[in-house]
Amino acid sequence: MALAQKFLRDLEAIVGRDGLVATPEGRLTYECDMHTFYKGAPDAVCLPTSTEQVASVVRLCLEARVPLVPRGSGTGLIGGAMAPYGGVMVSTTRMNRILDVDLPNRCATVEPGLINLWLTNAVKERGYFFAPDPSSQMVSSIGGNASTNAGGPHCLKYGITVNHVLGLEVVTGAGEVVRLGGKVQERPGYDLTGVVVGSEGTLGILTQVTVRLLHAPEAVKTALAVFSSVEDASEAVSGIIAAGIIPAALELLDAPIIRAIEEGIGAGYPKGAGAVLLIELDGPRAEIETQARRAAEICRDRQALEIRVARDDAERALLWKGRKEAAGAVGRLTPNWLLQDAVVPRSKLPQIMREVVAISRRYGLVIANVFHAGDGNLHPLICYDDREPGQLERAVQANEELLRACLALGGSVTGEHGVGVDKAKSLTLQYAEADLNFMARLRRVFDPQNVMNPGKLLPSHPACGEAFQPAGTGRLPAGTWV
Amino acid sequence: MSIGSETQAAGRLGAFDLRDPPDMDGIRACVHCGICLPQCPTYRVLGEEMDSPRGRIYLMRAAAEGRVGLTRTLVHHLDLCLGCRACETACPSGVPFGRLLEATRGQIARRAPRPLGERLLSGALLGLFTHPKRLGWALGAARFYRRSGLQRLVRATRLLAPFNRLRAMEALLPATSPGGHRPLPEVVAARGKQRGTVGLLLGCVQRLAFPRVNAETARLLTWAGYEVLIPRDQGCCGALHLHTGRIDEARVLATHLLARFGREVDFIVTNSAGCGSAMREYPHWLGADRDVEAFALKVRDVSELLAEADLPLQRLDLTVTYHDPCHLAHGQRVRLEPRKLLAAIPGVRLVELADSDLCCGSAGVYSLLEPEMADRLLEWKVQRIAATGAGILATGNPGCLLQIARGCRERGVAIEVLHPVELLGRALPEPERNGWR
Repeated sequence: MALAQKFLRDLEAIVGRDGLVATPEGRLTYECDMHTFYKGAPDAVCLPTSTEQVASVVRLCLEARVPLVPRGSGTGLIGGAMAPYGGVMVSTTRMNRILDVDLPNRCATVEPGLINLWLTNAVKERGYFFAPDPSSQMVSSIGGNASTNAGGPHCLKYGITVNHVLGLEVVTGAGEVVRLGGKVQERPGYDLTGVVVGSEGTLGILTQVTVRLLHAPEAVKTALAVFSSVEDASEAVSGIIAAGIIPAALELLDAPIIRAIEEGIGAGYPKGAGAVLLIELDGPRAEIETQARRAAEICRDRQALEIRVARDDAERALLWKGRKEAAGAVGRLTPNWLLQDAVVPRSKLPQIMREVVAISRRYGLVIANVFHAGDGNLHPLICYDDREPGQLERAVQANEELLRACLALGGSVTGEHGVGVDKAKSLTLQYAEADLNFMARLRRVFDPQNVMNPGKLLPSHPACGEAFQPAGTGRLPAGTWV
Repeated sequence: MSIGSETQAAGRLGAFDLRDPPDMDGIRACVHCGICLPQCPTYRVLGEEMDSPRGRIYLMRAAAEGRVGLTRTLVHHLDLCLGCRACETACPSGVPFGRLLEATRGQIARRAPRPLGERLLSGALLGLFTHPKRLGWALGAARFYRRSGLQRLVRATRLLAPFNRLRAMEALLPATSPGGHRPLPEVVAARGKQRGTVGLLLGCVQRLAFPRVNAETARLLTWAGYEVLIPRDQGCCGALHLHTGRIDEARVLATHLLARFGREVDFIVTNSAGCGSAMREYPHWLGADRDVEAFALKVRDVSELLAEADLPLQRLDLTVTYHDPCHLAHGQRVRLEPRKLLAAIPGVRLVELADSDLCCGSAGVYSLLEPEMADRLLEWKVQRIAATGAGILATGNPGCLLQIARGCRERGVAIEVLHPVELLGRALPEPERNGWR
């Protein structure tokens, strides 16, 4: 489908010639995010530089009933920043200023395209940091993090993104510019900030985000506990959590992932280990020393072969570089992969990891694991080669089997990556129809014309009623925007 | 929406032919994670996917899969790449972006005809910069241009303002004349106990625009205990040809250069980051040959050898900052040695430059072909340099030296721009005298 020439001229009048991508080659590069499995190129990409421009673009699309797809850095893992029905993609990469840093009140207001790590970089010399740290934090945008309610290794202790977003400026799907929440936490009325965080661009487009900043802890201790098997490492995780210790981070990495990291980054992970736990403790020095001793005892009880403590900041930074870039290093292992984001209750971790190993054997596919063990949030990477016949199909089946196994243990279909197009169908496994219909009605309040990010977040299942029918799928009068 | 369409494309070359096509395994190693984006200068400026490494790899892949041709638009997005290879440093999956880009540009150069003006310009630039004789004449003409007062007239009247590329070329001319240096001898003996023998690459631009850099390089190497061989008729390493997709010409030049440097040397030393990076890649372009591989393994940036040496450096009370040339930091992964050397000069205070490894916009002949993007990057670079408060900026590549000197001059930032060896030379007990000790 192509957009009408007049519509493109109107778009260009809003964002300028250099703010509009309309060439087939340019649009092609926006057809997927990190989840390259799902592809759908937008008919045009806008790169606005202000709230006013975003609002004008939304209103123009509303009038012509053209679907809108917001996009930050395009690092999502759920096919969220692609355009299944075409339309206009709104990329926030040029809205990346820090508007206000208010250290006495421990918060900052930023534009949505600001790269997560750049905020911490801007305040760390003054002793502060922005806690949500998805592994993509060196590239992903704060707007994208808020839209997907992203997690990260340190969210075990500090909470996920929603706990750190104080306020938002949003252009809703109705074209209004509204301010939700604010610097002051106690506010009358509905917690609409909480509603919009994690809404994946289905309610509107974020144009400003006010986030909490935290004071850096007095001391940090980072250690690697080395195990011969994933099961032993999982037992140690359950033991640490059961002992009442809340590490700043507790990450599990298995043998294939360690191999990818060491080939790609050389971060000092022990090659040949069955699994390692990356354990970080932070807080007052005396407290973390006590916790570190206790955690080490638990690991040794669970057959840890070795416990190495990072000797300085450089070693610590390297271990984290390895962990954070692990998914990016998977190209060393396999040409294709599916990444799962399911959650199990923490106590079920050893059980589900045995299941992962069994599924891997059953389907004859390598499943690499690197995940937030402390949260019970798994990220099995199912490796396959699409040049080998049958592998893709086996990978898809293994993926589904894994998801069902997690749900059977009382888990969730997604932990922190979001729903996107990838998990929309799976929501019916977790929610009743009434629950989903209620969410769909809420969506309608923000987006009465169904133009915002159609096909994402909620299943467009016939049983779920017309509420899920996105714009551009047949309900439009012919010729309105084509 | 198409699901899993990657499966359809295995083994096809699409828009590419089979003569040096980009390596499909290299393209497929990209997992689309985007970690390269914030490190890419053009993405930092434009914020556009197709002007990012991930987007460019995606375009190469789409071309290889036959989804897109070598169109004007595709060529434009690849032209805009500086080839700085910052994305390679960032990439956890080891995508060999530089090689993919060079191969793709090779295909474009042969198969996607450009407007005549563009072809003539890039041909003329290569013909100039990679032929020291011609460059020598051009610099002679430039000296006349400067001394006759013509330069002042042109700059005052902004005569060239409408002609972006011409203006960029004119602006690069150094403020002072490099001065006539006597040619270096073919063999220079080591001082004191000899550690080994090295062959010195003079570099096309370096030997004419910065003859003092070569003289100081040789002198420092002898102080470090090396006998220095400087073969006549070295020719050009072919780096600029590779960057512009003239792969066959690069091969001819590389083969000639290889033959000029005998097997007896322990190292091939260069003070030009771009040349060093290209020479280390010779095995990729010339094929697996024992002599070629042995040559590539011997290539060293001058800072690597000097950092191991015990030079008798004397006090210089200076504040110095350092810019990482892309083809040193990203192309050769040499970052620590130049810093270590500069900091080893007694009295030198080395201050870090913010985004020190972000391209200055020079990128071979890029600043002349894409002056707008180059200028925006230069603007950033100069701002950050000014913020350091240093009196000297050191950097080890002739393109960066020309570009940064120009940027500081134009923006009134009073700072001396030097190659690290020039600063080290000043710290040696005896001053360098007109080309030789």
